[in-house]
Amino acid sequence: MSTVFLALQTNEETRPIIEAILQDNPSAVVDEQPAMVKINADGRLVVRRETIEELIGRDYDLQELQVNMITMSGNLDQTDDEIILFWKS
Amino acid sequence: MQIDLRTVTIKPLRQTFDNIARRIGADKPASRYQEGTLDMQQTANFHYRPTWDPEHDIYDASRTAIKMADWYAFKDPRQFYYGAYTLARAKQQDTAEANFDFVENRGLAGTLPESVRKTVLELLLPLRHVAWGSNMNNASVCAYSYGTGFSQPHIYQAMDQLGIAQYLTRVGLLLGDVESLDEAKRAWMDDDAWQGLRRYVEDSFVIKDPVELFVAQNVALDGLLYPLVYETIIDDVLSSQGGTPVAMLTQFMTDWFTETRKWADATVKIAAAESPENKEVMARWLSQWRDRSAAALLPVARIALGDRSDEVLGEVVQQFNARMAKAGVAL
Amino acid sequence: MDMQVAKKKLGLKERYAVMTRGLDWTPSYQKMEDIYPYIAYEGIKIHDWDKWEDPFRLTMDAYWKYQAEKERKLYAIIDAFNQNNGHLNVTDARYINTIKLFISGISPLEYVAHRGFAHAGRAFPGAGPRVACLMQSLDEIRHAQTQVHSISNYNKYYNGMHDFHHAHDRVWFLSVPKSFFDDAITAGPFEFMVSIGFSFEYVLTNLLFVPFVSGAAYNGDMGTMTFGFSAQSDEARHMTLGLEVIKFILEQDPANVPIVQRWIDKWTWRGYRVLTLVAMMMDYMLPKRTMSWKEAWEVYFEENGGALFKDLARYGIKMPKCAEQIALEKDHLSHQAWSTFYNYAAAANFHTWMPDEDEMAWLAAKYPASFDKHYRPRYEFWREQAAKGNRFYNKTLPMLCQTCQIPMIFTEPGDATKICYREVDYKGDKYHFCSDHCKEIFEHEPEKYVQAWLPVHQIYQGNCFPEGTDPTVEGFDPLAAVLQYYKLEHGRDNLDFDISEDKKNFAEWRGQATKNI
Repeated sequence: MSTVFLALQTNEETRPIIEAILQDNPSAVVDEQPAMVKINADGRLVVRRETIEELIGRDYDLQELQVNMITMSGNLDQTDDEIILFWKS
Repeated sequence: MQIDLRTVTIKPLRQTFDNIARRIGADKPASRYQEGTLDMQQTANFHYRPTWDPEHDIYDASRTAIKMADWYAFKDPRQFYYGAYTLARAKQQDTAEANFDFVENRGLAGTLPESVRKTVLELLLPLRHVAWGSNMNNASVCAYSYGTGFSQPHIYQAMDQLGIAQYLTRVGLLLGDVESLDEAKRAWMDDDAWQGLRRYVEDSFVIKDPVELFVAQNVALDGLLYPLVYETIIDDVLSSQGGTPVAMLTQFMTDWFTETRKWADATVKIAAAESPENKEVMARWLSQWRDRSAAALLPVARIALGDRSDEVLGEVVQQFNARMAKAGVAL
Repeated sequence: MDMQVAKKKLGLKERYAVMTRGLDWTPSYQKMEDIYPYIAYEGIKIHDWDKWEDPFRLTMDAYWKYQAEKERKLYAIIDAFNQNNGHLNVTDARYINTIKLFISGISPLEYVAHRGFAHAGRAFPGAGPRVACLMQSLDEIRHAQTQVHSISNYNKYYNGMHDFHHAHDRVWFLSVPKSFFDDAITAGPFEFMVSIGFSFEYVLTNLLFVPFVSGAAYNGDMGTMTFGFSAQSDEARHMTLGLEVIKFILEQDPANVPIVQRWIDKWTWRGYRVLTLVAMMMDYMLPKRTMSWKEAWEVYFEENGGALFKDLARYGIKMPKCAEQIALEKDHLSHQAWSTFYNYAAAANFHTWMPDEDEMAWLAAKYPASFDKHYRPRYEFWREQAAKGNRFYNKTLPMLCQTCQIPMIFTEPGDATKICYREVDYKGDKYHFCSDHCKEIFEHEPEKYVQAWLPVHQIYQGNCFPEGTDPTVEGFDPLAAVLQYYKLEHGRDNLDFDISEDKKNFAEWRGQATKNI
């Protein structure tokens, strides 16, 4: 399976988001680079709203993620509850 | 207690970029609007002709009948560059959100007299399509006009109109449901009341001259539609019949028109003041599209105003003429 | 209807559908082909515009809200950076030359993208693609402006960027990026989407922004890092648009596949050639390197692009065939480019220099197959000559490739000792190319590429001197006249970094900032 990834700016807002992503994707691998964190996963990566909300203690709209997103790879599907990055092959 | 903050003072070699300095003088720093606008569009040594329009260069001032010695004579009085624009709209969006919440949470939509609710759905929802048409026309002006001073506000205008179409959709969903949107679209396509306006919008889609399109859309159509629908019918007539919550839901449009009108006026004024030839062309376009716009809006006005429509629309046209006279074009 | 009953809330997808798709209608007072005149001539067949997927589903209210948040953050940092003379915190003044390259080569392209996406958005009849394109058009003017605003402060203290708009339309090497975007915007709207939306934004943007922005972060340039990352957050949306465009076109009709494949082949190559500038920046211009060009290509193209093309294989799309040649060039590209700019330092708007011993060791380690063998000896020779007062400035003009407009500096794939030349006779004229791929691109659309405004040809034809210049007078100095036409100041904007005003000022200002004088 090919790698999908999501890169976020390193800051206070993304700290719990990265934590949430790692909780929901146990096999994801974190690659820390200057001022950014890249999260790689094999074929599929999911970002779940509820997990983030549990960690930050407030309502979270997944569209907020765009403020800190640097780049990504893979097909993207977004609903109110989750963002999924995936390769079909 | 006095706090003395110190940073190292070094003398800059220059205050701004040379192209800006040539326009405003080299002795002062430029504003972000100036640095983000002036000469942003490429002007020379284009490599290839557009395969979609081989008669013209990529950016080509001859796409319009309006002639300018310097297209950067056009300045946006709001000084909107992207940052200033977005911050302004985010603030308005915040207010709009609070208004929608207020109306929704207090169930104010349910307190509207049925006649008002019906009028609002019939009148406002088909205007989603008019706003969508404006989105397309403003994209067109942005793409094919000359000089960032002129083209830039049109991308903002295009996205504002998409925003307005979406606010109208939310009004529809709040006062009605998805079926209300479908019914409004059916009326837009078939009902006599809307055919004049739909024809106006579709005819505007094929205007090739970007400045004429600016006139037809942002000056003539919006210049009558917004004062008629939002300032008069919603804020005045329907409010007096218990429709104040609706005015809250359309506050964005009212505020938006007050603001964008200043830019439209300034643009008309600058184009017309350039030369007697420009003034003649602008006057011709303005009166031609104003007349068509007034005729198209009359049956729409009847939805809310009935017999008073001619009178009210007449007043709106009078105000419009006064606006244009102030901008230097007597109609 | 009872308004008191709480309504069923629409989900993101349904909500977005009524916010966009529902706005559109089929016109009847004007013909479709008159309203949308540009969508048929490229041969792409679209049967159902509503099949378009909008992955991010941003409505304008959310767009304004989140973008304003980004803008607030960005400008707060720019202000702080400027107030604190943040430019003095960069690793060393050589770094600033990357900024010069960026503002004169890349920022003007963001502007063309803005106008191009407005054009594409207007041209497409479907509501989904229109909204996506126009949102991108709006983002692109953001990028052009935030770059100008961030770099404005550098321009106050350093040379070479004071007239970047003027330079972009004229300076010889800037015709490389300029002709790339001119090529895209003059193509039809579908090709524009494949060229910029897909090939550039999806396949290549990571190679431009991530190294550049990480490079800025690594070299202490907080201002550039911030606009870079802030712009990238929009790129994530643009990349998704780029991928959706491709999938949409391919799913609509099998006849679209070969057309799209040709565009992908063409634009991957065109984009890669423009990235020559980035390759050289990464390997030579960043005092503190993040990764080599070769490594970046391997991560962001070979791995990531590989995954992408594997995913697109189900539509019959193949990895562009130029990838093979690019793999052969990755050991050489940045070195050949830097050598050229070192040569032409008198005619450029930034400074060049020879790498020091440590830097050569880094290059040798990153490029074990090529550096010590082919490039180090050349550099050592130039360095010796410079030490003797013979810093080499090439004053003759190079032959340019008719397609990518880069001087003919590249070597044969697989043989780094032989320059690669290709030529085509067309209507009685001879045209020259740097590679098979540039030649093929020309051969497919010769009528387009014969129009190219080639800077060297233009100089020889006398079109690049200030008005009123008489090149026949005794002692006429063509380089001086060309620099005047470029509005570059000889001795300040050009030549070797070692003798530059930038170097001198930076050292003096940094001294003021860090010592008690």
